[in-house]
Amino acid sequence: MRFSPLLPALILCACGATWAQSPTYGVGRTPTPEEMRAEDITISPDGKNLPPGKGTAKEGAAIYAQKCAMCHGANGSGGLAPMLIKPETPVKSSTPCLEPCIGPGSVMALHAPYATVIWDYINRGMPFRQEGSLKPAEVYSLTAFLLYKNGVIQEEEVLAQTTLPQVKMPNRDGYAIPDWKPGMPRPFPNGH
Amino acid sequence: MNSKRNPASKKPADSTKASRRRFLTTGAAAAALGAVRTATGQTSPPEAKSLTDQVAYGDRSHYVTSLRVPVDGRPSPDEFGMTFHVLAPLQDLVGIITPSSLHFIGTHRGSIVPDIDPQQHRLMIHGMVDRPLEFSMDDLKRFPSVSRVHFIECLGNHSKPEDKTVQETHGLTSCSEWTGVLLSVLLKECGVQNRASWVVSEGSEEVKGAGSIRLAKAMDDCIVAYGQNGEPIRPQQGFPLRLVVPGFEGIYNTKWLRRIKVVDRYYMTYNDYGHISKDEEVAALTFQWGPKSVITFPSGGQKLPAPGIYQLTGLAWSGGGAVRRVEVSTNGGHTWKDAEIRGAVHPKAHTRFGMDWKWDGGECVLQSRCTDELGQVQPSRAQLAAFFKVPPDHYKTHGVQGSDNMIQPWRVAGDGSVHNAI
Repeated sequence: MRFSPLLPALILCACGATWAQSPTYGVGRTPTPEEMRAEDITISPDGKNLPPGKGTAKEGAAIYAQKCAMCHGANGSGGLAPMLIKPETPVKSSTPCLEPCIGPGSVMALHAPYATVIWDYINRGMPFRQEGSLKPAEVYSLTAFLLYKNGVIQEEEVLAQTTLPQVKMPNRDGYAIPDWKPGMPRPFPNGH
Repeated sequence: MNSKRNPASKKPADSTKASRRRFLTTGAAAAALGAVRTATGQTSPPEAKSLTDQVAYGDRSHYVTSLRVPVDGRPSPDEFGMTFHVLAPLQDLVGIITPSSLHFIGTHRGSIVPDIDPQQHRLMIHGMVDRPLEFSMDDLKRFPSVSRVHFIECLGNHSKPEDKTVQETHGLTSCSEWTGVLLSVLLKECGVQNRASWVVSEGSEEVKGAGSIRLAKAMDDCIVAYGQNGEPIRPQQGFPLRLVVPGFEGIYNTKWLRRIKVVDRYYMTYNDYGHISKDEEVAALTFQWGPKSVITFPSGGQKLPAPGIYQLTGLAWSGGGAVRRVEVSTNGGHTWKDAEIRGAVHPKAHTRFGMDWKWDGGECVLQSRCTDELGQVQPSRAQLAAFFKVPPDHYKTHGVQGSDNMIQPWRVAGDGSVHNAI
């Protein structure tokens, strides 16, 4: 089937007009704002949905030693779990690299374009077996610790709801967001 | 912060132990049920499951021993009870459907498969919608269903020179009939707001793995699936609910789906950020799978007993749509011949191809090449190297940018043994 170059745009316009229509089935329950807040742990790169709280690298160091070091290594590398602090001399991890691959080239603090990515992941997924148990201040502190140890921020910087999204990450401009539309080929040379 | 309300996402405090126990029990059960090969090489029937049990839930023949294996030999489950990446035995499969019990497994960081009570499970859709809604499993079945055949393939499905079999080179892809509600139907029910452009989906496992897709994809063909191959989705595949994102890489197909948030930008979650690239072309290669195919017979590790006629067969698929053509070369790519499509052709699904092939007893290199309905053609290693301006042999020793859909050569040696020839 051949598409006119305008067709995708027309389809998008048509859909845009209908997406906001009234419900067809009337099935499902409306959650309360409190229920949605309780469930919503998704943090925007611009900091939207970050809870109040604050922390520093120094506070984070103590929490790291207590709750993270046993899997990630005392110095953030060489443990069973992915590398968190890029070592000055390479350390061989005991775990093979699987997607998403966390090796020296993709340590979160260096590879993530936004500090919120780190905050969001610690908050939702750590520590192993006690996921979701960290208080916001602890997550801010751990994020500050990892950023400090990777040379992204100063030791005394306070990370909080407003300052965390402002951190200038080393890989802030290191990503492209490719377009995608139905029926779009990949950007690869085609033909024999 | 995490779900306090959703008992379905809770784990028993001792579930590491429980899961180890389960593993031990399952291991013992597998040994009991599988065919037992004795020291003399004789296969003896296993201890029989009672006839009543067999009638209630049938097993495969004890002569059939096809199994999944972990990627790179990494223990799975590991000592923490976490499941990592496990490869489907493509060399043993016929047709296009992967049996659910042999479907490859990939998990976000390694996960403990959650034990979710479907009666308690809920899916919340919220964010930039006019009407946030929460659905029970029963609610979801009150919407019109679709059943569609789609492959799911992990980005880690790379063929490496040290991989010996097609299970090792290509086993992180599988194909199922998925049944559920189109995500577009649910999003329309919620009323997506005009400024929305992305959705973030989230699972119920301990790490609550989350991934971002463009709203255009969410409104196109994504399925909120509760069925796989005629039964409820199996726990390792996301029971009771999984987001199926046809043609996109595996990680976007969120298992144990609990929440979808409609947003106005790319959220770049942990699952997303592993894929990011500054190079727009590379970044685009990590969304949608390109045309891909592989010969599953003859393939690495197999042996042809003697010269003569064989059925060369394999699988082809593309994230871009339906497979339009599969060509096969039996002389190292000098000439190509169209293979037959044997069976149904579904968009973004494994497609079976085959041809009569007479092995003359000489050494030869077999390969297949897929063309999809968009006209995209599966590339060779040399073509990909030229595209990314690296030496022609680069991808023999380096991982490929984005997803690996390169042509897979198998070398048939004079003794009939078959070897990975990348």
